Amino acid sequence: MNKLLVSPSPHIHSKTSTASLMRDVVLALLPAAIVSVVFYGLGEIVVLGTSIISCIVLEYLITKYLLKQDNTICDWSAVVTGILLGLNLPASTPWWVVFIGAVVAIGVAKMTFGGLGQNVFNPALAGRVFLLVSFPTYMTDWQIPGGLFGADAVSGATPLGVIKEGLLGGAKLSDLTAQYSWSDMIFANIGGSAGEISAIALLAGFGYLLLRKVIRPYITLSIWATVALVSLAFSLAAPEQFTGPAFNLLTGGMILGSCFMATDYVTSPMSIKGGIVFGVGIGFITMMIRYFGSYPEGMSFAILLMNAAVPLLNNWFHQKKYGRA
Amino acid sequence: MSNRTFSIGGVHPADNKISRECKIETLPIPETVYIHLGQHIGAPAKPVVAVGDKVKVGQVLAEPGGFVSAYIHSSVSGTVKSIAPRADLAGNPQMCIEIAVEGDEWLEGIDTSDTVITDFPDEASVCLEKIKAAGIVGLGGATFPTHVKLSPPPGKKCDMLIINGCECEPYLTSDFRTLLEKGEQVAIGTAILKHILGVDKATIAIEDNKPEAIKHMKEVLANLRKVSTRFAGICVMSLMKKYPEGGEKQLIDAVMHRQVASGGLPIDVGAVIQNVATALAVYDAVQKNKPIVDNSVTVTGECFPRQANLLVRVGTPLRFIIDYLGGVPENAVKVISGGPMMGRAIANLDAATLKGTSALLFLTREQTVRGKESNCIRCGKCAEACPMGLEPFLLNRLSRAGGMLDALEANAVQDCIECGCCLYSCPANIPLLDVIRQSKVQVMGIMRARAAAATAAKK
Amino acid sequence: MSAILWTIIIIATLGLVLAVVLYLVAERFKVEEDPRIDEIEKVMPGANCGGCGFAGCRAFADTAVKAPNLDANYCPVGGNEVMKKVAAILGYEVQEKAPEIAVVRCNGNCEARPRINEYDGYASCRVKAALYSGDTACSFGCLGCGDCVNACQFGAISMDPATGLPVVDQEKCTACGACAKACPKNIIEIRPKGPRGMRLWVSCMNKDKGPAAKKACANACIGCSICFNTCTHGAIVFENNLAYIDPAKCKLCRECEAMCPTGAIHATGFPKPLDKDAVKARIRERNTKAAEAKKAAEAAAEPQKKEEE
Repeated sequence: MNKLLVSPSPHIHSKTSTASLMRDVVLALLPAAIVSVVFYGLGEIVVLGTSIISCIVLEYLITKYLLKQDNTICDWSAVVTGILLGLNLPASTPWWVVFIGAVVAIGVAKMTFGGLGQNVFNPALAGRVFLLVSFPTYMTDWQIPGGLFGADAVSGATPLGVIKEGLLGGAKLSDLTAQYSWSDMIFANIGGSAGEISAIALLAGFGYLLLRKVIRPYITLSIWATVALVSLAFSLAAPEQFTGPAFNLLTGGMILGSCFMATDYVTSPMSIKGGIVFGVGIGFITMMIRYFGSYPEGMSFAILLMNAAVPLLNNWFHQKKYGRA
Repeated sequence: MSNRTFSIGGVHPADNKISRECKIETLPIPETVYIHLGQHIGAPAKPVVAVGDKVKVGQVLAEPGGFVSAYIHSSVSGTVKSIAPRADLAGNPQMCIEIAVEGDEWLEGIDTSDTVITDFPDEASVCLEKIKAAGIVGLGGATFPTHVKLSPPPGKKCDMLIINGCECEPYLTSDFRTLLEKGEQVAIGTAILKHILGVDKATIAIEDNKPEAIKHMKEVLANLRKVSTRFAGICVMSLMKKYPEGGEKQLIDAVMHRQVASGGLPIDVGAVIQNVATALAVYDAVQKNKPIVDNSVTVTGECFPRQANLLVRVGTPLRFIIDYLGGVPENAVKVISGGPMMGRAIANLDAATLKGTSALLFLTREQTVRGKESNCIRCGKCAEACPMGLEPFLLNRLSRAGGMLDALEANAVQDCIECGCCLYSCPANIPLLDVIRQSKVQVMGIMRARAAAATAAKK
Repeated sequence: MSAILWTIIIIATLGLVLAVVLYLVAERFKVEEDPRIDEIEKVMPGANCGGCGFAGCRAFADTAVKAPNLDANYCPVGGNEVMKKVAAILGYEVQEKAPEIAVVRCNGNCEARPRINEYDGYASCRVKAALYSGDTACSFGCLGCGDCVNACQFGAISMDPATGLPVVDQEKCTACGACAKACPKNIIEIRPKGPRGMRLWVSCMNKDKGPAAKKACANACIGCSICFNTCTHGAIVFENNLAYIDPAKCKLCRECEAMCPTGAIHATGFPKPLDKDAVKARIRERNTKAAEAKKAAEAAAEPQKKEEE
């Protein structure tokens, strides 16, 4: 050794890096991605593939030619956005619609704010909502799972969509919910965006993230609790008008949203208290949209709305400081 | 295993106590020692010897230069060669007394035998005077003069003495070895400190990654209690391993479940904390009349050829220690005085050890070099890790914006204990602590100026 | 048709009512301010750099209006020209100041100052200075992280990648002193620009003894005091093994520069490059003459002494 290296303390660093955290999220999403590919077949491969590749390429091009910065694709965050966007779309979405979604997600929602860490809104959700508003036909044309190895897929509406339509048409709620069995909802057999197909796969990924201490459970749990409480109260008051807790917790992107989208580091509050309020807000807004809004679901809108409130929540809620009241 | 620990934050760096099996061995005396006049917090000491004077081991070289200051003694016998500025560990010139070693002749009255003396003087003032005369400073890292800490301001009552045996920094083992090899002396030192403070309870806090030390100290105390009632009320507490458990404020939280208010001192919540090595120094001073002339230093690092816990004379040149153990390894790039979390990187290997030097740690480039800084991803890991409950990401942002000192103060930057948990845990390699430390200095400067202005206005 | 009519009526009435309200509010809450503050602010450079010691140009104007004279107010950026305008507005006298400029007092470039350490941390001189003496054996010199560059609002200071030292742009520097404040090693000095930009200074802050300073940096001031002995104007202050040229006394003869063994004395703005040998010859001649004169005086004094005896 000829020169001594001098730096301020600490002199050792944890092995956790931005890339390792993002890689863990990708790993956690893999089960859900695999299940959706198995159930939806080729269409889903096209959607996921287009989404991931266009997110990576777009981020690379934008950092290189527009922002003229070091490229950031090695931090895996573009892959995360790509997978989440892909899982948030129906498997029948044409590739060019997916590409537009990726442009909005990476180009508008993420890079215009300065890249990873600077964005106000969850990029994948911004992309999805843009598509939902711009291409409603593609986005509501959900498939009933056919499968990679099984019969052809049949198009249909999501459970929440079916119920909303049915209720407007004067049908009885109990008849409408009867077509969805518990096992279908938990394992993989309901219509919806590809990622929602299997609650078990998503929850396994969520468990992995908790185990690796990538995320903390407060936001997710507070969303679930709020949704359960609100829907319980409404369904008890008017059982024939409002769906109950179990139904609401298992459908309409609730698990995908609460476990992977709402817990996004960048767009969720820093403190535990802030996170709980954030979760309550998401749960409440979701239920209000589902019960009274014109969209059957509402998770995406709720998360985006609460994303906007994050700076305020960060300002209001701080963690407890040592030796201070 | 214990589940008792501090309540906010903390991190779990790998233990790496690879020198834990190495017994404390005595390092030979070098040919020349360089004794710094500023080895403690507070005013530097004033030299009382002149160039050419013959000195013996334990002889006073310098007197306290103020209320918060300490005596400095010769660690060797020989001739004073020079009293001049010399580059310290950081390369900055500091006043140093250079002594050429001749033999090893101790000052009369110092007991250099190994016999353990359990009985100590009854008058607290006698003990305190001996501690002051021995130049004892906090050896846990802060090097605050011990006699000042043992004289609580009027109106403040001490409820509990805590002996800090956590050694929560990775790699360090000198306190652990001291507990194992000189447990009795530490226990007697604790009893003396307890006696001076006049408290009923004393706790020797040890992290649960050192079960041997916990067991040994329990046995030692059980035996001593049979000898004298003065050892009643001293107990051993096992704490869950978590960094920075050994931090004063965290230790009080863990042991007493009390929190020191911002800007306050441990005595405000009835606690006095002393380090294991300090307790041993107190024993030496009171029972053996031996001032601080040596201290144990862990020399370690995966890349270092030989791990060791050494008893080193104060002022020994670092090169002498390193050469004794086989020289600096090729792949080591950083030498740290202290542990890897709070230790200081050494910029000058020609410097000499101080009273408070507890370790020399060698790290390779792979182990220590920082990754490239990238965007904050707002993961909140820094806030989760901060044992003071601060929000390093926010403090970093405010600091870098410039001119936000009011906001920094409102967000308690002055509470930062510089433990390094934030920078350790940041996945984006943001130099959080570097920036925060700088703001802390500025904010504390403003607060001091304001306090001074307030007292001036009162007068 | 009536809908359009009603719209126009409502909007017009609303506009009228609001205009009246706004007028009344403006009248009611009017703040009386010395109009000269605005006038002064207009003639100020508007950089809000704080070089004058006030929070900005308006704060400067505010205090200038209230102050009994302009002694405490001087805008280094605008210089005498702006101050004359300010004085004219206020009717005060203004003391002209010689224009100043920032001067870097370190010339320990990469070759002269071998590196013994390497830094790995936040790139800030302040952080570095709090940690250790720097990457070289000189604990007084430039740390090279560019805090001065970041402090400069005028883009007048930049790091030279070849030397690793900051360079001041003569044209852009306004002598606001922000860089001097930012430097933790205090190596930047605000000095008079000198007549036609000619000035001399010791470009070193090393207070170590000669051998140590020389070992750390080939360009260091080694405290040999040759310059002190050479200077015939008493312009060199010698303290702590370090020479300093007092700009008030310096006559720009460049003798010290020619004699400095390490090249620590720098000069700028002179029309011709320094002819070292000529200056040295001049000094030698003067010294021999002085010695001869001294001898002659002694010789003359001796017979007198004898006579007295």
